[in-house]
Amino acid sequence: MSTLAKLTVVEASNLLQKGEVKAVDLVKDCLVNIKKNKDLNAFITVAEKEALAAAKASDKRRADKKELSNIDGIPYAIKDSFCTKNVLTTAGSKILDDFVPPYDAEVVAKLNKAGAIMLGKTILDQFGHGSSTENCHFGPAKNPYDVQRVPGGSSGGSAVAVAADLCIFAIGEDTGGSIRQPASFTNITGLKVTYGRVSRYGSIAYASSLDTVGPMTKTVADAAIILEHIAGVDAKDATSGKTKVDKYSQEILKANKDITIGLPKEMFAKGVEPEVKEVVLAAVEKLKKEGFNFKDISVPVLEHSLACYYIIAWAEASSNLARYDGIHYGHSSLKQNEKAHTLYEVYAKSRAAGFSTETKRRIMLGTYVLSAGYFDAYYKKALKVRTAIVNGFNKAFENVDVILAPVSPILPFKFGAKSDPLSMYLADILTTPINPAGVPSLALPAGFVKKDNIDLPVGMQIIGSQFSESKIMNLGYFWQSIDETHKIKPKL
Amino acid sequence: MKDGSKLSKKDVEHVAELARLELSEAEISQFTTELSSVLDMADSLNNVDTSKLEETAHVTGLSNVTRKDKKEKQLTNKEALANAPVKDGRFFRVPKVL
Repeated sequence: MSTLAKLTVVEASNLLQKGEVKAVDLVKDCLVNIKKNKDLNAFITVAEKEALAAAKASDKRRADKKELSNIDGIPYAIKDSFCTKNVLTTAGSKILDDFVPPYDAEVVAKLNKAGAIMLGKTILDQFGHGSSTENCHFGPAKNPYDVQRVPGGSSGGSAVAVAADLCIFAIGEDTGGSIRQPASFTNITGLKVTYGRVSRYGSIAYASSLDTVGPMTKTVADAAIILEHIAGVDAKDATSGKTKVDKYSQEILKANKDITIGLPKEMFAKGVEPEVKEVVLAAVEKLKKEGFNFKDISVPVLEHSLACYYIIAWAEASSNLARYDGIHYGHSSLKQNEKAHTLYEVYAKSRAAGFSTETKRRIMLGTYVLSAGYFDAYYKKALKVRTAIVNGFNKAFENVDVILAPVSPILPFKFGAKSDPLSMYLADILTTPINPAGVPSLALPAGFVKKDNIDLPVGMQIIGSQFSESKIMNLGYFWQSIDETHKIKPKL
Repeated sequence: MKDGSKLSKKDVEHVAELARLELSEAEISQFTTELSSVLDMADSLNNVDTSKLEETAHVTGLSNVTRKDKKEKQLTNKEALANAPVKDGRFFRVPKVL
């Protein structure tokens, strides 16, 4: 039984700095676990050779007494929606099943520059389109708590890799819950950052005004360390924020019970399974006993945020995916028979063969809501409701410091249980209000519920105002100091 | 928004053409029913009074982000063409357009 892969970033960092562990051993241990748990299908590509070479280089830097960052030598997994130079990058799709990027995404470049070691690329719903990883060309990842159930999505592979100790930490991408919901389904910590807190450069776009890049980790302390490394303004992403990057790993230590936590009734309403609600309210009670103030609040517009989110996401997805044309890169009908097709046919045939049904559905919906005659009724209307959501959160944060709610209204569900598209979309009802407002939200393990004699994880999210990552992680860190749920591991 | 079923088969074919997607007959019929029912969910927006609201496309208040107009590291011709399905020397090859 391997033990090193179980380490947190904080633990691995300490052991590396004390010289008690070598990066090569950390990487080897993760690789052993990856192979042993191949059936969980967490990875699309494992960059074994590259990772071992990078680990040797890290150990050499340390032996040479170079000044190193606190994550030098620590192996991580990354969602396969981030470009990695010379390493296959598929976005979980057939249309990019042979795409090898000539450059690194900014988040990859930053982590690699700090000496962290990229282990491989993880399973996702293609282009982020899904909440279960069932929409992946390379098969779904399995929930390590019950392999009959989904790990959540779209960053499901990264969640499984962290939960099953196949890596020390992982990177995901959250457009409408894609970091938080799989974190909740697999009992790990996941941070959806403020829009623009982390550069999106080289992150394969789903919906550009909603997409965010963030850490998926074993603890809040780890998320704080990783965010310090990846946050900040980037000239290559004009939407990245100039707000100062806090020393998050220090800020979280300053315990502050003098805050008011809001409980929006719309996020505990019908549609939230009673067992999920029970677990989250038990966590609320535990925090109350510690002296935190709670306040019941109402943000009525949240009830309509699912529709607002999806219309904007479909519209932006249809626009972003227009780049897959069968000409510049990716699956192409030209490869089969160059002479047989007109330019229009190259587009239409390459895209038809390269995209999954769910991705086609979103392209169709997005094209429809942007088309003449429907633009005002759907797209423009959604942008106005988006303003109402922004105003709703702003008003809420005049009265409370942070908001607490369940992450997912339902427990991890079985494969195939949400085959009708609308029921899958409804699974996102508590995570999608956050992205249109651009605010950050931290998903945390809250407890477990027994179902069919199996313990299934339940997560809660702490939502803050824009750029208040320190504040929400401060509360999250405190929670993990009084609660042990995050230390529970799947039996593998 | 229109009442009843939102998309006809003809609508679906038109949208597919705009989206440059060659759909099979089975997909067209699947999407004709499915997309209408999904769009019903979008009607929930009609419950929000937006008469006094402007549209929001960007949320963190940035505008006109610029940088110096100078050449930075860029892809070589070889790198740019490395993933091309069909190429011709230094160029992407495409079917005749005109």
